[in-house]
Amino acid sequence: MDPMATSRRTFLGLVGGGALAAGLAACGSSGPKTTPGSTTGAAAGTGTTYWYLTGQPQEAIRDAQVKRFNDANSGSQIKTTKFQNDAFKAKIKTAIGAGQGPTLIWGWGGGGLKAYVEAGQVEDLTDWFNQQTDLKNSIFPSAFTAATVNGKLYAVPGETVTPIVLFYDKRSFEKIGAEPPQSWGDIMDLVPKFNDKGIAPFSLGGQSRWTNMMWLEFLFDRIGGSEVFQNIYDGKKDGWSDPSALKALDEMQKLIKANGFIKGFSSITADSNADQALLYTGKAAMMLHGAWTYGNMKSAGKDFVTGGHLGYMNFPPVDGGKGDPTDTVGNPGQYMSISSKASQADKDNAKKFIANNTLDDATVDAWVKSGNIPVVKSAKDKLSSITDKNDSEWLNFVYDTAANAKNFAQSWDQALSPTAAETLLDNIAKLFQLSISPQQFADNMNAVIGQ
Amino acid sequence: MVLPALVMFVVFGVVPLVGVLALSFTEWDGLGPIHPAGLSNWRSVLSDPTLLHSILVTFEIMILSWAVQTPISLLLGTFLAGRQRYRAFLAVLYFIPLLLSSAAIAITYKALLDPNFGLGPGLHLDFLTQDWLGQSNLAVGVVVFIVSWQFIPFHSLIYQGGVRQIPTTMYEAASIDGAGRVRQFFSITVPQLKYTIITSSTLMVVGSLTFFDLIFVLTAGGPGDATRVLALDMYKRGFMSNQMGPASVIAVFLVLLGLALALLLRRLGGSTTASQQEGA
Repeated sequence: MDPMATSRRTFLGLVGGGALAAGLAACGSSGPKTTPGSTTGAAAGTGTTYWYLTGQPQEAIRDAQVKRFNDANSGSQIKTTKFQNDAFKAKIKTAIGAGQGPTLIWGWGGGGLKAYVEAGQVEDLTDWFNQQTDLKNSIFPSAFTAATVNGKLYAVPGETVTPIVLFYDKRSFEKIGAEPPQSWGDIMDLVPKFNDKGIAPFSLGGQSRWTNMMWLEFLFDRIGGSEVFQNIYDGKKDGWSDPSALKALDEMQKLIKANGFIKGFSSITADSNADQALLYTGKAAMMLHGAWTYGNMKSAGKDFVTGGHLGYMNFPPVDGGKGDPTDTVGNPGQYMSISSKASQADKDNAKKFIANNTLDDATVDAWVKSGNIPVVKSAKDKLSSITDKNDSEWLNFVYDTAANAKNFAQSWDQALSPTAAETLLDNIAKLFQLSISPQQFADNMNAVIGQ
Repeated sequence: MVLPALVMFVVFGVVPLVGVLALSFTEWDGLGPIHPAGLSNWRSVLSDPTLLHSILVTFEIMILSWAVQTPISLLLGTFLAGRQRYRAFLAVLYFIPLLLSSAAIAITYKALLDPNFGLGPGLHLDFLTQDWLGQSNLAVGVVVFIVSWQFIPFHSLIYQGGVRQIPTTMYEAASIDGAGRVRQFFSITVPQLKYTIITSSTLMVVGSLTFFDLIFVLTAGGPGDATRVLALDMYKRGFMSNQMGPASVIAVFLVLLGLALALLLRRLGGSTTASQQEGA
């Protein structure tokens, strides 16, 4: 246990966390609750610990990495705890703040990582990583931006490049006798045609909110170019009321008002994969979603992928827009940091795991086989070995989308600070509920610029 | 004998409360060091329109769920107070929702109410195929319904116990005087249950301030912010936005509100005019 254990901060942290929890639990007339996935065995100081996300096929690959490490290092095992996406985001921040975080901190880099860095919770990995020349040179250069804070590297990129793409069901397009959209205008034209046939134009897991955000990321880019969000990110005053931003928000609400999204979208969660189910069961024709959904649609969607019914494309341009049509958004990678509060032995263990097991050959193979492009340059070479025609086409598409993108923007909620991101997601939910206007959205968001 | 209870209360009640009060005057992101912030959190939270909205939603759900639960619990409790065998059997069935955790209830209802894959579309029943959790008014109604479904068994149990305490001689006398069942219910049962009603209402009202798990899993405060109650607002500010200071302000506010409501309900009971029969 480190000597920080009795500091005032830690003490207040425990008190504060306990108080809020007690506030929730007190007075209630119902019995004790257990939250799924919350285990108490993974506290700091109990060996090397690693928390990560559930959901196949990613989960199995992470499981296998840890198993390989543990098999090879019987004396220094890594203990794992797994969480659902939304639960993880909430839990990890709280745990780290209370000094109960894992040794290996899995994340999306960007604003969240910056908050950890400012609080002194994660190790500066710059010097150590510079010595790992092979690993360093194998990773896509674009993956490092979100791992770097003030010129120093605080996280190692790993896992996959996952741009957001426009998926569609070829069967639905055959039913209405139309071609996939080539522009935003086409999308608006397709909406009534699908609705007439009783097919929802777009699936959307709106309760998760970041799902809605992906739409705005593309519309902002296609209408105003990548500098619109860059200005906001850089803290430029009133960045959200840029004319292009207001136009994008307005176009968004036009699509919602035209019933562009599935009925009940605001109560659908992405964690349950219900949004994907709407697409592969033919209830919705199109879906804007991360490349990571391909694996699940393939395994859960019966013959949807294997039968060649799944189509995909980069988000189409908006007529008269300034954005580069090759631009994409999404996750340039996932990131692993090491807790600065861990013991030296645990830190060394974690470094060994990162260096040897996160982007090793077996992992890269497994990612490619699961329909994902890992963040390493050698992924391209692996693609030729894929025999499945659907997988091969898909992987080449993802690789090209990521590699040819003039700008690969990080997801907004990951790029911004947690405070600004939460305000953003709240306002996006209201924007999609049509309870605030584009101007109100911009005003609310301008208030938290630079926070 | 008092000591263990006192220790529990101080450790899990008073200490966190003082901690939250202290945190409400500080600026803390949950990760880094804590900085004193004076009254700025209080000023910013109290002038924030989302707080007013959360208060309104909280009271809306509180009042509606009280208005739904009280009459049903009262009637069910009176019914279950009878000693017949079949009523004992039904009592067991009615009790089941109370055994389930709120999270499990929320997940189940979410699946049943899904407008695309839920009960309505599954059985091809149009009236069940609504966008239950996606429209503001419907979502509030659904929350009230599920809360009532979950807690009516508990309050029925309280009323059942209360009714059984009423001396049977009162009913016998009333029958001789020619009072029917309905008359007996309103003239004997309800007045005799005055304190039971106050107890049950206090639990409902104060308990509704802390509805969190159910709403968090069911709607996460949505659609938009239609079901963003105070407890959820506190959680989101604290653990999603990393603003422990403002979250603590709301926590303190919740404690004060709960205390005020509980005292108010006690006062309504009018301790000086206590019925001599109660608890006999």
